Amino acid sequence: MEYFIHFTKAFLIFTVVMGYMFILSWMERKQSALMQDRIGANRASILGFRFLGLFHPIADAIKLLTKEDFIPPSGNRFLHTLAPMSALFFALISFAVIPFGGIYQFGNHTISLQILDLNVGILYVFAIMSMGVYSFVLAGWSSDNNYALLGGLRASSQMISYEITMGATIIGLFMIYGTLNLQEINLAQGQLLWGWLPMWGVLVQPLGFILFTTAAMAETKRVPFDIPEGESEIIGYFIEYSGMKFGMFYTADFIGTVLASSLITTLFFGGWQVPYLTSNGFSFPEGTIIELSQTIVMILQISSFLFKVFFFCFLMMLVRWTLPRFRWDQLMKLGWTIMLPLSIINIVITGLIILIKNSA
Amino acid sequence: MGIKKIERKISLWERSYLPIIVKGLCLTAKHFFRNLLIHTLHQIGLGKHWRGGETFQYPEERRPLSSRLRTLHRLTRRKDNSPRCVACMMCESVCPARCIYIVAGEHPNPEIEKYPVRFDIDLGLCVFCGFCVEACPEDAIRMDTGILEFSSYSREGMIYDLDKLLSLSPKTESDSTIKQTAISGKIASQQIPLDKNH
Repeated sequence: MEYFIHFTKAFLIFTVVMGYMFILSWMERKQSALMQDRIGANRASILGFRFLGLFHPIADAIKLLTKEDFIPPSGNRFLHTLAPMSALFFALISFAVIPFGGIYQFGNHTISLQILDLNVGILYVFAIMSMGVYSFVLAGWSSDNNYALLGGLRASSQMISYEITMGATIIGLFMIYGTLNLQEINLAQGQLLWGWLPMWGVLVQPLGFILFTTAAMAETKRVPFDIPEGESEIIGYFIEYSGMKFGMFYTADFIGTVLASSLITTLFFGGWQVPYLTSNGFSFPEGTIIELSQTIVMILQISSFLFKVFFFCFLMMLVRWTLPRFRWDQLMKLGWTIMLPLSIINIVITGLIILIKNSA
Repeated sequence: MGIKKIERKISLWERSYLPIIVKGLCLTAKHFFRNLLIHTLHQIGLGKHWRGGETFQYPEERRPLSSRLRTLHRLTRRKDNSPRCVACMMCESVCPARCIYIVAGEHPNPEIEKYPVRFDIDLGLCVFCGFCVEACPEDAIRMDTGILEFSSYSREGMIYDLDKLLSLSPKTESDSTIKQTAISGKIASQQIPLDKNH
Protein backbone atom coordinates (compact mmCIF):
# COMPACT_ATOMS: atom_id res chain seq x y z
CA MET A 1 0.00 0.00 0.00
CA GLU A 2 2.81 2.38 0.89
CA TYR A 3 4.47 1.67 -2.43
CA PHE A 4 1.23 2.18 -4.26
CA ILE A 5 0.70 5.58 -2.63
CA HIS A 6 4.24 6.66 -3.41
CA PHE A 7 3.99 5.47 -6.97
CA THR A 8 0.68 7.25 -7.49
CA LYS A 9 2.05 10.51 -6.13
CA ALA A 10 5.19 10.26 -8.26
CA PHE A 11 3.13 9.46 -11.33
CA LEU A 12 0.76 12.36 -10.69
CA ILE A 13 3.60 14.84 -10.25
CA PHE A 14 5.33 13.57 -13.36
CA THR A 15 2.16 13.87 -15.41
CA VAL A 16 1.44 17.35 -14.14
CA VAL A 17 5.00 18.55 -14.78
CA MET A 18 5.05 17.13 -18.29
CA GLY A 19 1.63 18.64 -18.89
CA TYR A 20 2.93 22.02 -17.78
CA MET A 21 5.92 21.61 -20.05
CA PHE A 22 3.61 20.86 -22.97
CA ILE A 23 1.44 23.87 -22.18
CA LEU A 24 4.44 26.13 -21.66
CA SER A 25 5.96 25.38 -25.04
CA TRP A 26 2.62 26.37 -26.55
CA MET A 27 2.21 29.33 -24.24
CA GLU A 28 5.68 30.64 -24.97
CA ARG A 29 4.66 31.07 -28.61
CA LYS A 30 1.17 32.35 -28.03
CA GLN A 31 1.95 34.68 -25.17
CA SER A 32 4.88 36.28 -26.94
CA ALA A 33 2.68 36.68 -30.01
CA LEU A 34 -0.11 38.37 -28.11
CA MET A 35 2.33 40.63 -26.29
CA GLN A 36 3.76 41.76 -29.61
CA ASP A 37 0.39 42.16 -31.37
CA ARG A 38 0.93 39.06 -33.44
CA ILE A 39 -1.18 35.92 -33.65
CA GLY A 40 1.33 33.16 -33.16
CA ALA A 41 1.73 29.62 -34.40
CA ASN A 42 -1.65 28.31 -35.49
CA ARG A 43 -1.08 26.27 -38.65
CA ALA A 44 -0.62 22.74 -37.33
CA SER A 45 -3.93 21.00 -37.79
CA ILE A 46 -5.46 17.58 -37.46
CA LEU A 47 -8.31 17.00 -39.92
CA GLY A 48 -8.61 20.73 -40.40
CA PHE A 49 -8.92 21.50 -36.69
CA ARG A 50 -6.31 23.95 -35.56
CA PHE A 51 -7.44 24.39 -32.01
CA LEU A 52 -5.48 27.58 -31.23
CA GLY A 53 -2.21 26.02 -32.32
CA LEU A 54 -2.22 23.45 -29.53
CA PHE A 55 -0.98 20.82 -31.95
CA HIS A 56 2.31 22.59 -32.43
CA PRO A 57 4.01 20.93 -29.45
CA ILE A 58 3.02 17.57 -30.93
CA ALA A 59 4.36 18.61 -34.31
CA ASP A 60 7.57 19.69 -32.58
CA ALA A 61 7.93 16.34 -30.88
CA ILE A 62 7.38 14.44 -34.12
CA LYS A 63 9.90 16.62 -35.89
CA LEU A 64 12.51 16.23 -33.18
CA LEU A 65 12.02 12.47 -32.96
CA THR A 66 12.43 11.93 -36.67
CA LYS A 67 15.42 14.20 -37.13
CA GLU A 68 18.95 12.91 -37.55
CA ASP A 69 20.68 12.35 -34.22
CA PHE A 70 24.09 13.79 -34.88
CA ILE A 71 27.07 13.09 -32.65
CA PRO A 72 30.26 14.94 -33.59
CA PRO A 73 32.79 12.30 -34.72
CA SER A 74 35.59 13.77 -32.62
CA GLY A 75 33.38 14.25 -29.57
CA ASN A 76 32.90 11.88 -26.71
CA ARG A 77 30.05 9.63 -27.73
CA PHE A 78 29.11 8.47 -24.25
CA LEU A 79 29.21 11.84 -22.50
CA HIS A 80 27.50 13.55 -25.42
CA THR A 81 24.56 11.18 -24.98
CA LEU A 82 24.65 11.35 -21.20
CA ALA A 83 24.46 15.15 -20.96
CA PRO A 84 20.85 15.72 -22.15
CA MET A 85 19.65 12.73 -20.17
CA SER A 86 21.15 14.03 -16.96
CA ALA A 87 19.81 17.52 -17.67
CA LEU A 88 16.29 16.11 -17.92
CA PHE A 89 16.79 13.74 -15.00
CA PHE A 90 18.00 16.41 -12.58
CA ALA A 91 15.27 18.80 -13.70
CA LEU A 92 12.55 16.23 -13.01
CA ILE A 93 13.88 14.72 -9.81
CA SER A 94 13.84 18.05 -7.94
CA PHE A 95 10.05 17.90 -7.83
CA ALA A 96 10.23 15.06 -5.32
CA VAL A 97 10.22 17.42 -2.34
CA ILE A 98 7.77 20.03 -3.62
CA PRO A 99 4.49 19.71 -1.70
CA PHE A 100 1.54 20.09 -4.05
CA GLY A 101 -1.10 19.63 -1.40
CA GLY A 102 -1.56 19.50 2.33
CA ILE A 103 -1.89 16.54 4.68
CA TYR A 104 -5.16 14.62 4.40
CA GLN A 105 -6.81 11.68 6.16
CA PHE A 106 -8.09 8.86 3.95
CA GLY A 107 -9.54 6.18 6.21
CA ASN A 108 -6.64 5.22 8.41
CA HIS A 109 -4.03 6.58 6.03
CA THR A 110 -2.51 10.00 6.54
CA ILE A 111 -1.33 11.17 3.18
CA SER A 112 0.93 14.15 2.72
CA LEU A 113 0.80 15.26 -0.90
CA GLN A 114 4.54 15.33 -1.34
CA ILE A 115 6.56 12.49 -2.82
CA LEU A 116 9.50 12.67 -0.44
CA ASP A 117 9.07 14.14 3.04
CA LEU A 118 12.70 15.12 3.58
CA ASN A 119 13.81 17.08 6.58
CA VAL A 120 16.51 18.77 4.52
CA GLY A 121 13.85 19.63 1.92
CA ILE A 122 15.14 22.69 0.19
CA LEU A 123 18.78 21.64 0.54
CA TYR A 124 17.94 18.61 -1.57
CA VAL A 125 16.61 20.90 -4.31
CA PHE A 126 19.78 22.96 -4.21
CA ALA A 127 21.97 19.86 -4.29
CA ILE A 128 20.12 18.54 -7.32
CA MET A 129 20.33 21.94 -9.02
CA SER A 130 24.10 21.99 -8.53
CA MET A 131 24.27 18.52 -10.03
CA GLY A 132 22.31 19.85 -12.98
CA VAL A 133 25.19 22.18 -13.81
CA TYR A 134 27.24 19.12 -14.72
CA SER A 135 25.00 18.26 -17.62
CA PHE A 136 25.58 21.67 -19.22
CA VAL A 137 29.34 21.51 -18.70
CA LEU A 138 29.35 17.96 -20.06
CA ALA A 139 27.35 19.01 -23.08
CA GLY A 140 29.81 21.78 -23.83
CA TRP A 141 32.87 19.66 -23.22
CA SER A 142 31.90 16.48 -25.02
CA SER A 143 30.84 18.26 -28.23
CA ASP A 144 34.42 19.07 -29.23
CA ASN A 145 33.38 22.51 -30.33
CA ASN A 146 34.86 25.71 -28.98
CA TYR A 147 31.56 27.56 -29.03
CA ALA A 148 29.90 24.78 -27.12
CA LEU A 149 32.76 24.71 -24.63
CA LEU A 150 32.50 28.45 -24.05
CA GLY A 151 28.75 28.14 -23.71
CA GLY A 152 29.19 25.41 -21.13
CA LEU A 153 31.64 27.56 -19.20
CA ARG A 154 29.25 30.51 -19.28
CA ALA A 155 26.43 28.28 -18.08
CA SER A 156 28.41 26.84 -15.20
CA SER A 157 29.81 30.15 -13.99
CA GLN A 158 26.42 31.84 -14.19
CA MET A 159 24.57 29.07 -12.43
CA ILE A 160 27.16 28.76 -9.68
CA SER A 161 27.21 32.51 -9.04
CA TYR A 162 23.46 32.76 -8.80
CA GLU A 163 23.10 29.61 -6.74
CA ILE A 164 24.93 31.38 -3.92
CA THR A 165 22.51 34.31 -4.04
CA MET A 166 19.59 31.94 -4.30
CA GLY A 167 20.71 30.06 -1.23
CA ALA A 168 21.45 33.21 0.74
CA THR A 169 18.10 34.87 0.01
CA ILE A 170 15.98 32.13 1.54
CA ILE A 171 17.96 31.89 4.78
CA GLY A 172 15.74 34.69 6.07
CA LEU A 173 12.71 32.46 5.46
CA PHE A 174 14.21 29.59 7.39
CA MET A 175 14.96 31.91 10.27
CA ILE A 176 11.30 32.91 10.37
CA TYR A 177 9.70 29.50 9.87
CA GLY A 178 12.40 27.58 11.68
CA THR A 179 12.49 24.61 9.34
CA LEU A 180 13.97 23.39 6.06
CA ASN A 181 11.15 20.95 5.40
CA LEU A 182 9.05 22.35 2.56
CA GLN A 183 5.80 20.83 3.79
CA GLU A 184 6.34 22.39 7.21
CA ILE A 185 7.19 25.73 5.60
CA ASN A 186 3.89 25.54 3.77
CA LEU A 187 2.02 24.68 6.93
CA ALA A 188 3.68 27.59 8.72
CA GLN A 189 2.54 29.94 5.95
CA GLY A 190 -1.05 29.15 6.89
CA GLN A 191 -0.62 31.04 10.16
CA LEU A 192 -2.00 34.53 10.44
CA LEU A 193 0.09 37.58 11.13
CA TRP A 194 -1.53 39.98 13.63
CA GLY A 195 -4.61 37.81 13.37
CA TRP A 196 -5.63 38.77 9.84
CA LEU A 197 -2.72 38.66 7.37
CA PRO A 198 -1.67 35.24 5.99
CA MET A 199 1.98 34.79 6.86
CA TRP A 200 3.14 34.20 3.32
CA GLY A 201 6.83 34.41 2.56
CA VAL A 202 6.40 37.38 0.25
CA LEU A 203 4.91 39.45 3.08
CA VAL A 204 7.56 38.66 5.66
CA GLN A 205 10.44 38.65 3.16
CA PRO A 206 9.66 41.09 0.31
CA LEU A 207 13.30 41.76 -0.52
CA GLY A 208 14.03 38.04 -0.33
CA PHE A 209 11.23 37.42 -2.82
CA ILE A 210 12.58 39.86 -5.39
CA LEU A 211 16.11 38.56 -5.04
CA PHE A 212 15.02 34.94 -5.15
CA THR A 213 12.86 35.47 -8.24
CA THR A 214 15.73 37.16 -10.05
CA ALA A 215 18.16 34.44 -9.05
CA ALA A 216 15.69 31.73 -10.01
CA MET A 217 15.31 33.32 -13.44
CA ALA A 218 19.08 33.29 -13.79
CA GLU A 219 19.16 29.67 -12.68
CA THR A 220 16.70 28.63 -15.34
CA LYS A 221 18.77 30.50 -17.94
CA ARG A 222 15.81 32.42 -19.27
CA VAL A 223 15.98 35.86 -20.83
CA PRO A 224 17.29 38.31 -19.51
CA PHE A 225 19.86 35.82 -18.24
CA ASP A 226 20.07 33.58 -21.28
CA ILE A 227 23.73 34.19 -22.02
CA PRO A 228 24.60 30.46 -21.79
CA GLU A 229 22.19 29.82 -24.64
CA GLY A 230 21.60 33.00 -26.60
CA GLU A 231 20.25 30.83 -29.37
CA SER A 232 19.96 33.58 -31.91
CA GLU A 233 23.53 34.85 -31.91
CA ILE A 234 26.13 33.69 -29.39
CA ILE A 235 24.97 30.08 -29.27
CA GLY A 236 25.46 27.89 -26.28
CA TYR A 237 26.46 24.49 -25.07
CA PHE A 238 23.93 22.62 -27.21
CA ILE A 239 25.20 23.82 -30.57
CA GLU A 240 26.21 20.26 -31.52
CA TYR A 241 22.91 18.73 -30.50
CA SER A 242 20.11 17.81 -32.80
CA GLY A 243 16.93 15.80 -32.79
CA MET A 244 15.47 14.62 -29.53
CA LYS A 245 18.67 15.27 -27.58
CA PHE A 246 18.23 18.95 -28.28
CA GLY A 247 14.59 18.43 -27.45
CA MET A 248 15.57 17.02 -24.08
CA PHE A 249 17.62 20.10 -23.29
CA TYR A 250 14.67 22.22 -24.27
CA THR A 251 12.31 20.14 -22.15
CA ALA A 252 14.73 20.44 -19.25
CA ASP A 253 14.65 24.21 -19.70
CA PHE A 254 10.88 24.37 -19.54
CA ILE A 255 10.80 22.01 -16.58
CA GLY A 256 13.37 24.27 -14.94
CA THR A 257 10.92 27.13 -15.39
CA VAL A 258 8.16 25.09 -13.79
CA LEU A 259 10.51 24.13 -10.97
CA ALA A 260 11.51 27.74 -10.34
CA SER A 261 7.84 28.76 -10.32
CA SER A 262 6.92 26.00 -7.90
CA LEU A 263 9.82 26.95 -5.64
CA ILE A 264 8.72 30.59 -5.62
CA THR A 265 5.17 29.44 -4.93
CA THR A 266 6.20 27.06 -2.17
CA LEU A 267 8.58 29.41 -0.42
CA PHE A 268 6.96 32.80 -0.88
CA PHE A 269 3.33 32.37 -1.86
CA GLY A 270 2.11 29.79 0.58
CA GLY A 271 2.36 26.79 -1.75
CA TRP A 272 -0.99 25.03 -1.65
CA GLN A 273 -2.38 27.41 1.00
CA VAL A 274 -5.53 29.32 0.20
CA PRO A 275 -5.89 32.39 2.42
CA TYR A 276 -8.04 31.63 5.50
CA LEU A 277 -8.70 28.04 4.36
CA THR A 278 -8.08 25.55 7.14
CA SER A 279 -8.62 21.81 7.02
CA ASN A 280 -12.29 22.25 8.01
CA GLY A 281 -13.18 25.07 5.67
CA PHE A 282 -12.85 28.81 5.49
CA SER A 283 -12.58 30.72 8.74
CA PHE A 284 -12.25 34.43 8.13
CA PRO A 285 -10.64 36.68 10.73
CA GLU A 286 -13.85 38.63 11.38
CA GLY A 287 -15.53 35.42 12.50
CA THR A 288 -17.33 33.99 9.46
CA ILE A 289 -16.85 30.24 9.17
CA ILE A 290 -17.76 28.24 6.06
CA GLU A 291 -17.60 24.50 6.66
CA LEU A 292 -16.24 22.46 3.75
CA SER A 293 -15.65 18.75 3.36
CA GLN A 294 -12.10 17.46 3.15
CA THR A 295 -12.38 16.59 -0.54
CA ILE A 296 -13.36 20.13 -1.48
CA VAL A 297 -10.58 21.53 0.68
CA MET A 298 -8.10 19.22 -1.01
CA ILE A 299 -9.25 20.19 -4.49
CA LEU A 300 -9.12 23.87 -3.58
CA GLN A 301 -5.62 23.58 -2.19
CA ILE A 302 -4.20 21.56 -5.07
CA SER A 303 -5.72 23.89 -7.64
CA SER A 304 -4.41 26.85 -5.68
CA PHE A 305 -0.89 25.41 -5.99
CA LEU A 306 -1.29 24.67 -9.69
CA PHE A 307 -2.71 28.11 -10.36
CA LYS A 308 0.12 29.87 -8.53
CA VAL A 309 2.72 27.85 -10.42
CA PHE A 310 0.99 28.72 -13.66
CA PHE A 311 0.93 32.38 -12.74
CA PHE A 312 4.66 32.46 -12.08
CA CYS A 313 5.34 30.64 -15.34
CA PHE A 314 3.31 33.38 -16.99
CA LEU A 315 5.28 36.05 -15.15
CA MET A 316 8.59 34.53 -16.22
CA MET A 317 7.47 34.52 -19.83
CA LEU A 318 6.29 38.09 -19.47
CA VAL A 319 9.77 39.05 -18.25
CA ARG A 320 11.37 36.97 -20.99
CA TRP A 321 9.55 38.82 -23.74
CA THR A 322 9.94 42.26 -22.19
CA LEU A 323 13.52 42.71 -21.09
CA PRO A 324 16.65 42.62 -23.22
CA ARG A 325 19.54 40.34 -22.42
CA PHE A 326 22.25 41.29 -19.95
CA ARG A 327 25.84 41.65 -21.01
CA TRP A 328 28.20 39.13 -19.43
CA ASP A 329 29.98 41.65 -17.20
CA GLN A 330 26.64 43.18 -16.17
CA LEU A 331 25.40 39.75 -15.25
CA MET A 332 28.39 38.98 -13.06
CA LYS A 333 28.32 42.44 -11.54
CA LEU A 334 24.64 42.08 -10.71
CA GLY A 335 25.17 38.68 -9.19
CA TRP A 336 28.23 39.31 -7.09
CA THR A 337 28.19 43.01 -6.21
CA ILE A 338 24.48 43.72 -5.88
CA MET A 339 22.45 40.62 -5.22
CA LEU A 340 24.82 38.78 -2.90
CA PRO A 341 25.40 41.76 -0.55
CA LEU A 342 21.68 42.53 -0.60
CA SER A 343 20.82 38.98 0.35
CA ILE A 344 23.31 39.11 3.22
CA ILE A 345 21.82 42.43 4.37
CA ASN A 346 18.44 40.72 4.20
CA ILE A 347 19.67 38.00 6.54
CA VAL A 348 21.04 40.55 8.99
CA ILE A 349 17.86 42.63 9.03
CA THR A 350 15.69 39.54 9.46
CA GLY A 351 17.88 38.38 12.32
CA LEU A 352 17.66 41.78 14.00
CA ILE A 353 13.88 41.88 13.75
CA ILE A 354 13.56 38.37 15.13
CA LEU A 355 15.93 39.28 17.97
CA ILE A 356 13.94 42.41 18.85
CA LYS A 357 10.67 40.52 18.66
CA ASN A 358 11.88 37.69 20.88
CA SER A 359 13.40 39.98 23.50
CA ALA A 360 10.34 42.23 23.62
CA MET B 1 36.76 71.02 -27.91
CA GLY B 2 36.73 69.73 -24.43
CA ILE B 3 34.97 66.65 -23.28
CA LYS B 4 31.46 67.45 -22.22
CA LYS B 5 30.45 65.54 -19.16
CA ILE B 6 26.76 64.97 -18.72
CA GLU B 7 25.75 64.38 -15.16
CA ARG B 8 22.90 61.94 -15.04
CA LYS B 9 20.99 62.29 -11.84
CA ILE B 10 19.33 59.00 -11.07
CA SER B 11 18.27 58.12 -7.61
CA LEU B 12 19.10 54.88 -5.88
CA TRP B 13 15.53 53.70 -6.35
CA GLU B 14 15.78 54.29 -10.10
CA ARG B 15 19.18 52.67 -10.21
CA SER B 16 17.73 49.46 -8.86
CA TYR B 17 15.92 49.26 -12.25
CA LEU B 18 12.85 47.93 -10.48
CA PRO B 19 10.42 50.79 -11.31
CA ILE B 20 11.38 50.79 -14.97
CA ILE B 21 11.18 46.99 -15.17
CA VAL B 22 7.72 47.08 -13.65
CA LYS B 23 6.72 49.81 -16.08
CA GLY B 24 7.92 47.71 -19.01
CA LEU B 25 6.13 44.64 -17.73
CA CYS B 26 2.93 46.65 -17.38
CA LEU B 27 3.19 47.78 -20.98
CA THR B 28 3.66 44.28 -22.38
CA ALA B 29 1.05 42.85 -20.04
CA LYS B 30 -1.40 45.52 -21.21
CA HIS B 31 -0.91 44.41 -24.80
CA PHE B 32 -1.21 40.78 -23.80
CA PHE B 33 -4.46 41.13 -21.91
CA ARG B 34 -6.01 43.47 -24.47
CA ASN B 35 -5.27 41.04 -27.28
CA LEU B 36 -6.36 38.08 -25.17
CA LEU B 37 -9.69 39.80 -24.52
CA ILE B 38 -10.14 40.60 -28.21
CA HIS B 39 -9.35 37.04 -29.27
CA THR B 40 -11.72 35.65 -26.66
CA LEU B 41 -14.46 37.98 -27.92
CA HIS B 42 -13.77 36.83 -31.47
CA GLN B 43 -14.15 33.22 -30.41
CA ILE B 44 -17.68 33.91 -29.22
CA GLY B 45 -18.40 36.08 -32.25
CA LEU B 46 -18.17 39.58 -30.81
CA GLY B 47 -16.10 42.65 -31.53
CA LYS B 48 -15.12 41.68 -35.07
CA HIS B 49 -14.10 45.23 -35.84
CA TRP B 50 -11.25 45.08 -33.33
CA ARG B 51 -8.06 43.48 -34.44
CA GLY B 52 -6.12 41.37 -31.99
CA GLY B 53 -2.86 41.66 -33.86
CA GLU B 54 -1.24 43.19 -36.87
CA THR B 55 -0.79 39.85 -38.61
CA PHE B 56 -2.52 39.08 -41.89
CA GLN B 57 -3.30 35.37 -42.17
CA TYR B 58 -1.82 35.42 -45.64
CA PRO B 59 -3.33 32.79 -47.90
CA GLU B 60 -6.84 33.32 -46.54
CA GLU B 61 -6.60 37.00 -45.81
CA ARG B 62 -4.92 39.48 -48.11
CA ARG B 63 -3.89 43.02 -47.62
CA PRO B 64 -5.71 45.47 -49.86
CA LEU B 65 -3.51 46.27 -52.84
CA SER B 66 -2.93 49.80 -53.99
CA SER B 67 -4.54 50.46 -57.35
CA ARG B 68 -1.17 51.72 -58.57
CA LEU B 69 0.67 48.54 -57.62
CA ARG B 70 2.36 46.85 -60.57
CA THR B 71 1.36 43.21 -60.59
CA LEU B 72 1.15 40.46 -63.21
CA HIS B 73 0.79 41.71 -66.79
CA ARG B 74 -2.17 41.17 -69.03
CA LEU B 75 -2.96 41.99 -72.63
CA THR B 76 -6.19 43.90 -73.15
CA ARG B 77 -8.74 43.01 -75.80
CA ARG B 78 -10.67 44.76 -78.51
CA LYS B 79 -14.46 44.59 -78.69
CA ASP B 80 -14.16 41.44 -80.77
CA ASN B 81 -11.91 39.91 -78.12
CA SER B 82 -8.78 39.96 -80.25
CA PRO B 83 -5.70 41.54 -78.61
CA ARG B 84 -5.37 45.31 -78.78
CA CYS B 85 -1.68 44.88 -79.38
CA VAL B 86 -0.48 46.09 -82.78
CA ALA B 87 2.99 44.57 -82.41
CA CYS B 88 4.70 47.96 -82.60
CA MET B 89 7.62 46.61 -80.53
CA MET B 90 7.63 49.67 -78.26
CA CYS B 91 7.45 47.61 -75.10
CA GLU B 92 10.05 45.17 -76.34
CA SER B 93 12.39 48.07 -77.10
CA VAL B 94 11.88 49.86 -73.81
CA CYS B 95 12.08 46.78 -71.62
CA PRO B 96 15.25 47.07 -69.54
CA ALA B 97 15.21 43.39 -68.66
CA ARG B 98 14.54 42.34 -72.27
CA CYS B 99 11.95 39.88 -71.15
CA ILE B 100 9.38 40.60 -73.89
CA TYR B 101 9.55 38.75 -77.20
CA ILE B 102 7.13 39.68 -79.98
CA VAL B 103 6.67 38.22 -83.46
CA ALA B 104 4.47 40.42 -85.66
CA GLY B 105 2.07 39.23 -88.29
CA GLU B 106 0.03 41.10 -90.90
CA HIS B 107 -3.48 41.92 -89.82
CA PRO B 108 -6.27 41.53 -92.42
CA ASN B 109 -7.63 44.94 -91.43
CA PRO B 110 -5.48 47.60 -93.15
CA GLU B 111 -6.26 50.10 -90.39
CA ILE B 112 -4.61 47.90 -87.82
CA GLU B 113 -1.71 46.73 -90.03
CA LYS B 114 -0.03 44.37 -87.55
CA TYR B 115 -0.91 41.95 -84.80
CA PRO B 116 1.26 39.79 -82.53
CA VAL B 117 1.69 36.19 -83.66
CA ARG B 118 3.72 35.57 -80.53
CA PHE B 119 3.87 37.69 -77.41
CA ASP B 120 5.99 36.14 -74.67
CA ILE B 121 6.92 37.67 -71.33
CA ASP B 122 9.58 35.86 -69.34
CA LEU B 123 8.52 36.64 -65.78
CA GLY B 124 11.74 35.10 -64.54
CA LEU B 125 13.52 38.09 -66.06
CA CYS B 126 10.90 40.80 -65.62
CA VAL B 127 11.76 43.49 -63.10
CA PHE B 128 8.21 44.90 -62.93
CA CYS B 129 9.32 48.41 -63.80
CA GLY B 130 6.11 49.07 -65.73
CA PHE B 131 7.91 50.73 -68.65
CA CYS B 132 6.06 48.48 -71.11
CA VAL B 133 2.75 49.83 -69.83
CA GLU B 134 3.97 53.41 -70.16
CA ALA B 135 5.39 52.85 -73.61
CA CYS B 136 2.35 51.17 -75.11
CA PRO B 137 0.52 53.56 -77.50
CA GLU B 138 -2.56 51.33 -77.66
CA ASP B 139 -3.08 50.60 -73.96
CA ALA B 140 -2.68 46.98 -74.92
CA ILE B 141 -0.59 45.87 -71.95
CA ARG B 142 -1.44 46.53 -68.34
CA MET B 143 -0.08 45.45 -64.97
CA ASP B 144 -3.22 45.63 -62.89
CA THR B 145 -4.35 42.04 -62.42
CA GLY B 146 -3.60 42.08 -58.70
CA ILE B 147 -2.01 38.64 -59.05
CA LEU B 148 1.16 38.38 -57.02
CA GLU B 149 1.70 34.62 -56.90
CA PHE B 150 3.09 33.27 -60.15
CA SER B 151 5.73 30.77 -59.24
CA SER B 152 6.75 27.74 -61.20
CA TYR B 153 8.94 24.70 -60.79
CA SER B 154 10.70 25.35 -64.10
CA ARG B 155 12.06 28.32 -65.98
CA GLU B 156 9.79 27.45 -68.90
CA GLY B 157 6.79 27.78 -66.65
CA MET B 158 7.70 31.40 -66.01
CA ILE B 159 7.31 32.31 -69.66
CA TYR B 160 3.78 33.55 -70.26
CA ASP B 161 2.63 33.48 -73.88
CA LEU B 162 0.00 35.45 -75.76
CA ASP B 163 -2.96 33.25 -74.86
CA LYS B 164 -2.12 33.19 -71.20
CA LEU B 165 -1.64 36.94 -70.99
CA LEU B 166 -4.81 37.51 -72.96
CA SER B 167 -6.81 35.14 -70.78
CA LEU B 168 -6.16 37.44 -67.81
CA SER B 169 -8.43 40.04 -69.42
CA PRO B 170 -12.16 39.44 -69.14
CA LYS B 171 -13.73 38.52 -72.45
CA THR B 172 -16.90 40.51 -72.64
CA GLU B 173 -15.38 43.79 -71.64
CA SER B 174 -16.86 46.48 -73.84
CA ASP B 175 -14.19 49.13 -73.57
CA SER B 176 -11.10 48.55 -71.51
CA THR B 177 -9.42 51.87 -72.14
CA ILE B 178 -11.25 54.03 -69.65
CA LYS B 179 -11.93 52.52 -66.28
CA GLN B 180 -9.68 50.71 -63.90
CA THR B 181 -10.65 47.21 -64.80
CA ALA B 182 -13.06 44.94 -63.13
CA ILE B 183 -10.33 42.45 -62.36
CA SER B 184 -8.48 44.26 -59.64
CA GLY B 185 -11.80 45.26 -58.17
CA LYS B 186 -12.91 41.66 -58.19
CA ILE B 187 -9.80 40.46 -56.43
CA ALA B 188 -10.12 43.14 -53.81
CA SER B 189 -13.71 42.14 -53.14
CA GLN B 190 -12.70 38.50 -52.72
CA GLN B 191 -10.95 39.35 -49.49
CA ILE B 192 -11.94 37.07 -46.71
CA PRO B 193 -13.11 38.83 -43.55
CA LEU B 194 -10.42 39.32 -40.96
CA ASP B 195 -9.68 37.04 -38.06
CA LYS B 196 -10.86 33.67 -39.28
CA ASN B 197 -8.73 31.20 -37.43
CA HIS B 198 -6.23 31.74 -34.74
